[in-house]
Amino acid sequence: MARPTEVEVGEQKAPVIQPGQTFASITDKITGIVLLRPIKGGWVFGLFICFLILQWFLFAVCWLFYKGVGVWGVNIPIGWGFAIVNFVWWIGIGHAGTLISAILLLLRQSWRNSINRFAEAMTLFAVACAGMFPIFHLGRPWLFYWLFPYPNTMTYWPNFRSPLVWDVFAVTTYLTISLVFWFVGLIPDLASMRDQTSNKALKFVFGSLAMGWRNSVRHWNRYETAYLLLGGLATPLVLSVHTVVSFDFSVGIVPGWHTTIFPPYFVAGAIYSGFAMVLVLAIPIRKFYGITDFITMRHLENSAMVMLATGWIVAYGYAFEAFMNWYGGDPYESFLRWNRLHGPYAWSYYLLLFTNLLVPQVLWFKKIRTSPVWLFFISLDVLVGMWLERFVIVVVSLTRDFVNSAFGMYYPTHIDWAILTGTLGFFAACMFLFMRLLPAVSISELKVLLPQAEIKVEHEAEVHQ
Amino acid sequence: MKDPRIYGLMAEFGDVNTALVAARQTYAAGYRKLDAYSPFPVEELSEAIGFHKNGVALICLIGGLLGGTAAFTLQWWINTISYPINIGGRPLNSWPSFIIVTFEMTILFSGLSAVFGMLALNGLPMPYHPVFNVPQFDAATKDKFFIVIFSSDKKYDPVATRQFLEGLSPLSVAEVPS
Repeated sequence: MARPTEVEVGEQKAPVIQPGQTFASITDKITGIVLLRPIKGGWVFGLFICFLILQWFLFAVCWLFYKGVGVWGVNIPIGWGFAIVNFVWWIGIGHAGTLISAILLLLRQSWRNSINRFAEAMTLFAVACAGMFPIFHLGRPWLFYWLFPYPNTMTYWPNFRSPLVWDVFAVTTYLTISLVFWFVGLIPDLASMRDQTSNKALKFVFGSLAMGWRNSVRHWNRYETAYLLLGGLATPLVLSVHTVVSFDFSVGIVPGWHTTIFPPYFVAGAIYSGFAMVLVLAIPIRKFYGITDFITMRHLENSAMVMLATGWIVAYGYAFEAFMNWYGGDPYESFLRWNRLHGPYAWSYYLLLFTNLLVPQVLWFKKIRTSPVWLFFISLDVLVGMWLERFVIVVVSLTRDFVNSAFGMYYPTHIDWAILTGTLGFFAACMFLFMRLLPAVSISELKVLLPQAEIKVEHEAEVHQ
Repeated sequence: MKDPRIYGLMAEFGDVNTALVAARQTYAAGYRKLDAYSPFPVEELSEAIGFHKNGVALICLIGGLLGGTAAFTLQWWINTISYPINIGGRPLNSWPSFIIVTFEMTILFSGLSAVFGMLALNGLPMPYHPVFNVPQFDAATKDKFFIVIFSSDKKYDPVATRQFLEGLSPLSVAEVPS
């Protein structure tokens, strides 16, 4: 929450907040979404659809737990099917929220203040979706706690040399830190909600959550330090999480996995798909909740530019992978290249190049970067593309590895699809509830951006001179 | 001078610059036991009332060091003493493979220490506080700025302090019952 030196209202750039807002109008508008806005049919309908999908998801998961992972399309040699594809995809989506809240905080990109709250919520829900998949994949999911080091009667310990154990630590740390980061950001706004509502029950709920926050400047001082420290800690954390996820692959020797480019290429891909999800959520939210004054064209355009930039890092990753397949001279790696282009799953590789590389190039045009409709559909396209990327990495490599006798095919079952769709329903249902229950834009951080917040009196020391 | 029924005197201000000037004048007038309230973080205001440093960063550092040390020590102890497995004569204390968990635990413990340290130093959660007894204080989370001089201050005087606060062009001055 660094103080901006100025709110840029250049000729070229759209403003971060539309002029004419005051401290009171920001508070009224954002708390009003939760406290005053009547529940509308569209919201009920949307939540209902998500709820139905969630029921389908619960059915699929119960069936999975009852019968075992055999209800999936996984087999030998393709032991990692949709579960790992979806895990990597979801956790990548979460990364944009941390990028917005932590890295852009450290870089003093104050425009982030209007989108960080719901981006962080998106992170939490996405990591929750991601975290389910490794547990579903365990076979005996009720024994998941065996992954943690605790003294037990079997006198055994987890293998700390395994990337899968690193993953457990990375993902649980990421979930915990994302949760506290989000909650710390919420505390002052929960206090605003408490003071804005006249409903006794709501006052009690928001008051309890705000823990008696009273806006003392001493509290703010410590709060700002803690928030900045969290930003500084979350930045290396988010980079490490996807690095560790990529280690799940690159520590193995399967062709197409055993490569040193994986960590940066995975992180860039994560941010790419995450910003796509931010846009997919921001575009309808700003329209339906009437907060285009706070989430302006500037935010959409900046997100589009981040997508374009990270898209090119991903493109570099693809190019370098192909180059190393050829230059490395390893016969299995060369075969992998041939297999990606001509094998049974070639369609997925071509579709990946089309959705992830070709289509997003239209973002070079300012007209498209400033058109919410275009951005919405390009973001959906990128989300599909990034899912395909993980599909290509997991499935294409595993179906054709070293020996012909170990070649196989992978066909996802309807349970695979139900669980993938189900997590989408879970994610969307959480977002629907979040929009109505908590302030979706950070109130106190937006106030810092207003011209009224500018300090005009000089410092004492300078006055005395 | 101290009246146990009175927590202090509260002055309300309509904008940040008036509040900042008032806070500096209050501090310059010799009041030391005071607090200011603002709807968003204003670094200058906490400086004005003489609050410059906080201990959050130190707590965070200590937490991080403890977390990292504990994580590495645990892995070392497990792999060399409690559960040593000889795999082709490779070293038991294979420290490079312990770095990731050590790193993650450092981040986890420093992050949690920063947050819980901040809450503890702020004295939160605090279900009751006297400033909430003043009805207009609800606007502290909206658009108003407040300065409270506590009755425990040496210079506090029910009449003189009120006069002093009224001279700072506030919107209102109110007594805060404790």
